[in-house]
Amino acid sequence: MEWEPVIGLEVHVQLATRSKMFSGSSTAFGAEPNTQASAIDLAMPGTLPSANAEAFRMATMFGLAVNAEINRRSVFERKNYFYPDLPKGYQTTQLAQPIVGAGYLDLTLADGSNKRVRIHHAHIEEDAGKSLHEDFHGMSGIDLNRAGTPLIEVVTEPDMGSAEEAVGFARQLHSLVTALGICDGDMSQGSMRFDVNISVRPKGQAKLGTRTETKNLNSFKFMEEAIALEIDRQIQVLESGGRIAQETRLYNGDTKKARTMRSKEDSNDYRYFPCPDLLPVVLDEAYIEDVRRQMPELPEAKRTRYVAELGLSEYDAGTLSGDAATAAYFEEVARLSGQAKLAANWVMGDLAAQLNRQELSISQSPVSAAHLAGLIKRLDDGTISSKMAKTVFEAMWSGEGDTDTVISAKGLRMVSDTGSLEKIVDDIIARNPQQAANYRSAAEDKRPKMLGFFVGQAMKASQGQADPQQLNKILLEKLR
Amino acid sequence: MHNLTITQMIRELRQKRFSSVELTQHFLTRIQKLDATYNSFISVTEEQALAQARAADRQLAAGEAHPLCGIPLAHKDIFCTAGVRTSCGSKMLDNFVPPYDAAIVENYSRAGVVTLGKTNMDEFAMGSSNETSYYGPVKNPWAHNCVPGGSSGGSAASVAARLAPAATASDTGGSIRQPASLCGITGIKPTYGRISRWGMIAFASSLDQAGLMTRTAEDAALLMNTLASFDPRDSTCVNEPIPDYTASLNQSLAGLKIGIPKEYFGEGLSAGTASAVEDAIKTYEKLGASVHAITLPHSNLAVPAYYVIAPAECSANLSRFDGVRYGYRCENPQNLEDLYKRSRSEGFGDEVKRRILVGCYALSAGYYDAYYAKAQKARRLIQQDFVEAFKQVDLIMGPTSPSPAFEFGAKSKDPVAMYLEDIYTIATNLAGLPGMSIPCGTVGSKPVGLQIIGNYFAEARMLNAAHQFQQHTQFHELAPAGIN
Repeated sequence: MEWEPVIGLEVHVQLATRSKMFSGSSTAFGAEPNTQASAIDLAMPGTLPSANAEAFRMATMFGLAVNAEINRRSVFERKNYFYPDLPKGYQTTQLAQPIVGAGYLDLTLADGSNKRVRIHHAHIEEDAGKSLHEDFHGMSGIDLNRAGTPLIEVVTEPDMGSAEEAVGFARQLHSLVTALGICDGDMSQGSMRFDVNISVRPKGQAKLGTRTETKNLNSFKFMEEAIALEIDRQIQVLESGGRIAQETRLYNGDTKKARTMRSKEDSNDYRYFPCPDLLPVVLDEAYIEDVRRQMPELPEAKRTRYVAELGLSEYDAGTLSGDAATAAYFEEVARLSGQAKLAANWVMGDLAAQLNRQELSISQSPVSAAHLAGLIKRLDDGTISSKMAKTVFEAMWSGEGDTDTVISAKGLRMVSDTGSLEKIVDDIIARNPQQAANYRSAAEDKRPKMLGFFVGQAMKASQGQADPQQLNKILLEKLR
Repeated sequence: MHNLTITQMIRELRQKRFSSVELTQHFLTRIQKLDATYNSFISVTEEQALAQARAADRQLAAGEAHPLCGIPLAHKDIFCTAGVRTSCGSKMLDNFVPPYDAAIVENYSRAGVVTLGKTNMDEFAMGSSNETSYYGPVKNPWAHNCVPGGSSGGSAASVAARLAPAATASDTGGSIRQPASLCGITGIKPTYGRISRWGMIAFASSLDQAGLMTRTAEDAALLMNTLASFDPRDSTCVNEPIPDYTASLNQSLAGLKIGIPKEYFGEGLSAGTASAVEDAIKTYEKLGASVHAITLPHSNLAVPAYYVIAPAECSANLSRFDGVRYGYRCENPQNLEDLYKRSRSEGFGDEVKRRILVGCYALSAGYYDAYYAKAQKARRLIQQDFVEAFKQVDLIMGPTSPSPAFEFGAKSKDPVAMYLEDIYTIATNLAGLPGMSIPCGTVGSKPVGLQIIGNYFAEARMLNAAHQFQQHTQFHELAPAGIN
């Protein structure tokens, strides 16, 4: 039988506010445990929450970016459950009246086709702390630094039919929230976490199969693996006559295995009710318009502009506009060098390769946009050859200064002056009479390959600094 | 000294008849001598009080002191006090010392007010008799075999017995007005949102309101000036201008329209209480007020709605008491579930557990609409009743509680009988309105309270009406026997 997977996502996006959702504590990552937890975050008796206005601005921005209705009135509710990293014994979240209503995101898939994924809603909530189960001699430690960090949870409709589509959505969402500046997008620090709902059904059947939820995936790679694994598992279970149990699962990216975390029977009754400590938040038209005016350019608009105004290919424009930091870097290089196409080639080529190799993000690049632009200028004005440019780039990468500094330090300057090149060529022909004779007597179609010998010798003689085009021209003349 | 009102103490302090240290020491000595009988204090902060009094004396000598500087006050043990154990009447918080002050404690400390200690209360403010306190019941100074009312029983008894000139208190369903009534003193619960809830340990967040226990309305007005402040830390605190509550105390009551809800004089109201309240209303007529029969048709929904909403909110508010970060933790927990179960089972008393369970039930899947949602509808109807009534009248008056103080144990086995203690006070919490109780007579040796309900933020009008009554009656001057 042919099976059809059905996938929906719940994505936790950590908002890049400076302080927490309901307290003034810092949200910075990586501090000593419990140093960013105030009396409010610890749920000390008598403390009260006050909502972070910036989180509402960011959530509104998100809603506008996914073409969603912004609810004029949103209400915080308490989701009740006990866990040591949840200090109040309830999570403050939104349920019946979330800030962002139904919207959608249009994906461009790898094969160039388009796909619309509907967003059911997105709501604001606070993150929990972390339980640390190692290094405490059989006890658990609690770190409440993350407790109260603002999140938006984005809930999609079950509109995706494959791991590729789900990851495509995840990537596009990542690109969107980083472009909006509402999330730092750092998945390794948990800034975006994905819960994946998966079911399969016989192709053509309207009724959905029983779904499972795989929680807390924090990389695109794990997400893709986990989805593929779960689809296979479900198909296997069904084909061997079994039934899918509705359950929550955990995927381990190291062992590439998944396991049941809890079954539906164990699930809590969260006893949601409106939080009496927080008033409903009412946003008016003027506020929403104000946020709309302050929105940065979205990836989709950037892509269109790169093609129309900068003359980039669809592919290059798509790649560069996908990541906010990359786009900003590219635009700076293009602006300073005046060479958009060359800028695109370098950012996507040598720079991306080096960053990849050393696992750096573009914001950590040792070569600044200004330095790369300087390189492109020298390339463009003929000071250096493409080959030299690679040498210069590597030198800049190792911190040897900007393009002009490297060029003069290494004495890298193309020899294009006809006089000196002619001298070199004459010399080589004189020293290699046999090769010259062979060349001259060879058939026209054999000649280009034989010319390589002379080019190589001339390059060697000029210590690599000969202008290749000029050299070619002179060689062809002299060997005629 | 202890028979002086705060208004008088302020004058005497400035005339140097006594210092704040002498005044404070006087009350500390009285607490030491008499409170073994009443049990109105959970903690007495003697050292800190004397240090505060010395500081107040220096400020008074410098001549730039706040009017309340050097006046001793007791705080209900529901208000967090930095460095001083704040138990909320519970074993759960017997060891809890907050590192911060409640907003109202901050306000009074800034004014130079001296804190005598923390007063006894029903556990987590859940009760109407002070019998649910982990620290034992409080005796009513008027009848030692009777309850002082609750939950602010310690605050009420300490003021009635002249162990403190005044005390802060809190009111979720009547916890200021009912004990004020049973102890023959003046109690005020301001409008919801008038007073910051920051640092007041939550019972039911949408109903909880801090207020005062004093001997006179004039003292209440004076203390209200410092109690009220806008506080951005409490999102439900309302940024309304704060009047000088003492400014309008002496306005004539001529033309004041008083509404008498017929629902507050029905079955269940004791004859003695009814006649004292009716006499008080006649006094108001003599003072120039006009009396109008009104109706609050949804009054019968108040107690049932309250006993869904308050437990629902408390079931979540009390989840933080889990034995993990502070407060009571059971011995040798075997695992996480055991830690939760035993810490909470051993740390909470029966009434608290009952309300948590009721609240969880009312919010659980399948019951939410039948209970919680319906109770919220009833709440809106009750609020609407008052909105309509205040279109016709300026103040509403009636009894505070159905009968005077009852004996220990009389209702503690019957939760519903206990809940009906608050039948006249609960509706104002549901509507968020301000209310007062002032002494208006006695039945035998026991005081009776008159309840005054005002419109939103009409505390000044309520205080004026209460003060005028006290200018023409002596009920507020009566003192229980045996306190001197």
